[in-house]
Amino acid sequence: MVALTERQQLAYIATQAADARVNVELETEGMTLNIGPQHPATHGTLRIIVRLDGEQVIAAEPVPGYMHRGYEKLVEVRTYPQITTLINRIDWLGSFANEVPFILAAERLMDIEAPPRAQWIRTAFFELSRIANVVLFLGDMAVQLGATTPVFYAFRDREHVLNQIEAATGGRFHPNFDRIGGLKDDLPKGWIAETKQVMGKIRAFCDEMEELLVGNEIFEVRTRGIGVVPPEVALSYGLSGANLRASGVDFDHRRDTPCGLVYDQLDWKVWTHPDGDSFARYWVRLQETREACNLVDQCLDKLPSGPIMAKVPRIIKVPEGEAFVATENPLGEMAFYVVSKGDLNPFRVKIRSASFNNISIVPWLLRGVYVPDVITILASLYFILGDIDR
Amino acid sequence: MPSADTVDSTVGDGAAAGDVAEGEGTPDPLRQQLLDALSAELGDAVAEVVLQPGRDLWVRVRSEAWLAAGEAARDRLRCHYFSFLSVIDWLPSPFGRSMDAEVDKLLTGELRPEPEPMTHGCTGGESRFQVFARVHSMEAKAGFTLLADVPDATNTIDSWSALYGGANWHEREAWEMFGVVFAGHPNLRKLYLPTDFEGYPLRKDFPLLSRIVKPWPGIVDVEGMPGLADDEGGE
Repeated sequence: MVALTERQQLAYIATQAADARVNVELETEGMTLNIGPQHPATHGTLRIIVRLDGEQVIAAEPVPGYMHRGYEKLVEVRTYPQITTLINRIDWLGSFANEVPFILAAERLMDIEAPPRAQWIRTAFFELSRIANVVLFLGDMAVQLGATTPVFYAFRDREHVLNQIEAATGGRFHPNFDRIGGLKDDLPKGWIAETKQVMGKIRAFCDEMEELLVGNEIFEVRTRGIGVVPPEVALSYGLSGANLRASGVDFDHRRDTPCGLVYDQLDWKVWTHPDGDSFARYWVRLQETREACNLVDQCLDKLPSGPIMAKVPRIIKVPEGEAFVATENPLGEMAFYVVSKGDLNPFRVKIRSASFNNISIVPWLLRGVYVPDVITILASLYFILGDIDR
Repeated sequence: MPSADTVDSTVGDGAAAGDVAEGEGTPDPLRQQLLDALSAELGDAVAEVVLQPGRDLWVRVRSEAWLAAGEAARDRLRCHYFSFLSVIDWLPSPFGRSMDAEVDKLLTGELRPEPEPMTHGCTGGESRFQVFARVHSMEAKAGFTLLADVPDATNTIDSWSALYGGANWHEREAWEMFGVVFAGHPNLRKLYLPTDFEGYPLRKDFPLLSRIVKPWPGIVDVEGMPGLADDEGGE
């Protein structure tokens, strides 16, 4: 610490006293600000009630449920193959990734393993949906801070990925491509070369975002040190995905709990950042998008030949048992706890979606921040409403 | 879980948890370590253990030890990562095992499904509701599922919200969906449902109203699938 001169000390005391006088005279009353349910920063209908003291948040209370569709009840009356249609709509930007943990859980209960080719294509699509999802975040984060350009680039380049997903599966947003025991179809002709070109475009997009935003003075001032989540708090709230890794926790389901996907046969890296602030969350996602491009390329290079579907009975009855499968989805840990009683439909399915935990930290995280930072923090946590409300 | 690689053992009567691994050729040292530490900490409170080597671990504890089990998991086993907490209703659905097929019969009075006996999952249990939670250890790179019976008389169990920050919302959801009360929860209010909503939607005896209002076509509407008759498991 630099010792203050007497004059500086007196000046400091004088300003503090003046502030105190102003506060007493104005006696600013608290104000309740209602963010949402319709708000551009929420990607859907999340309402956040914020109690303000001047510019400072004293308490924040998210009110989810405007889009609650009751999937945990609905899946109890649907057969296993029907369920993928529903769970596609949980995180609607990375739909294919939703199907994977559920299908893996069902396969584990039935003791079926998808053939190698199906596993490799699954992994490629898993990463493609990560790109489709996170690319939008990379542009959207900037638009929340007032920079409109990046989001147009994001929509432009995400379209390339969606086109590839559509070309292979028939659905842009809801591919419904994963089946118990394998995949619906094989890849169309010429798809691999096209996808590799698209990966080049996404890499260029990442470079573009890095040039535009990372290192941009305004962006750094708005994000550095804003919304810091210490690692122990992140773990206790069950933050996952890039939010957890941005707090310096080196944890990734793809590497640490491998199940059914081929990440152990690929050469890649888990990115972390020690700071835990909004900037770190952006930076980690940016690196992960690049890593995802590498993963897709590797999957397509090493793709084995063979069947894409294991031998599965036509009417799928899942034997009695319980299985928990978690995967590292674009938004974080997505897990299905499936309880089967040997029927056509599951007895109980607990859907553990990433955004639910990621957003449950908001009351803790928003306490004491200033109003403009509320939007920065919400955008950097990156949630999809369907993933909160299920 | 009637699988060949399942080791099912009760360690409630003070038997050492090490017995679990003895009958198994290739034990799972990672999860075994977690299990040993938990058993040492909780002793008699561990009611049932299922360890599928290389796959997963379930531990059911007595309901009065639910909070202690959470504490042990967090502080002793260093399972700092909280994944989820929820409740299972083991009551067989009064609307039949496969609701979409049975509901139309129910409405026409053709069939009243006979009540099936209540069966529990792989770790057994006595009560209708069971609370279950998943925690994960970053050091061991393994997680496990903790379960406990919720006593039928009170429908109340201790809250984990002081242990794991994330449990707060999960318990609110479990409370509004199943009506299980979490004692010591600071803020047990509705999360998803409107404040004046009555009933507990995820309970098995709560009907799926959309299917009552307009009966699901069920099996009636479905065309016969090709190859259905000669396929095993076809009905």
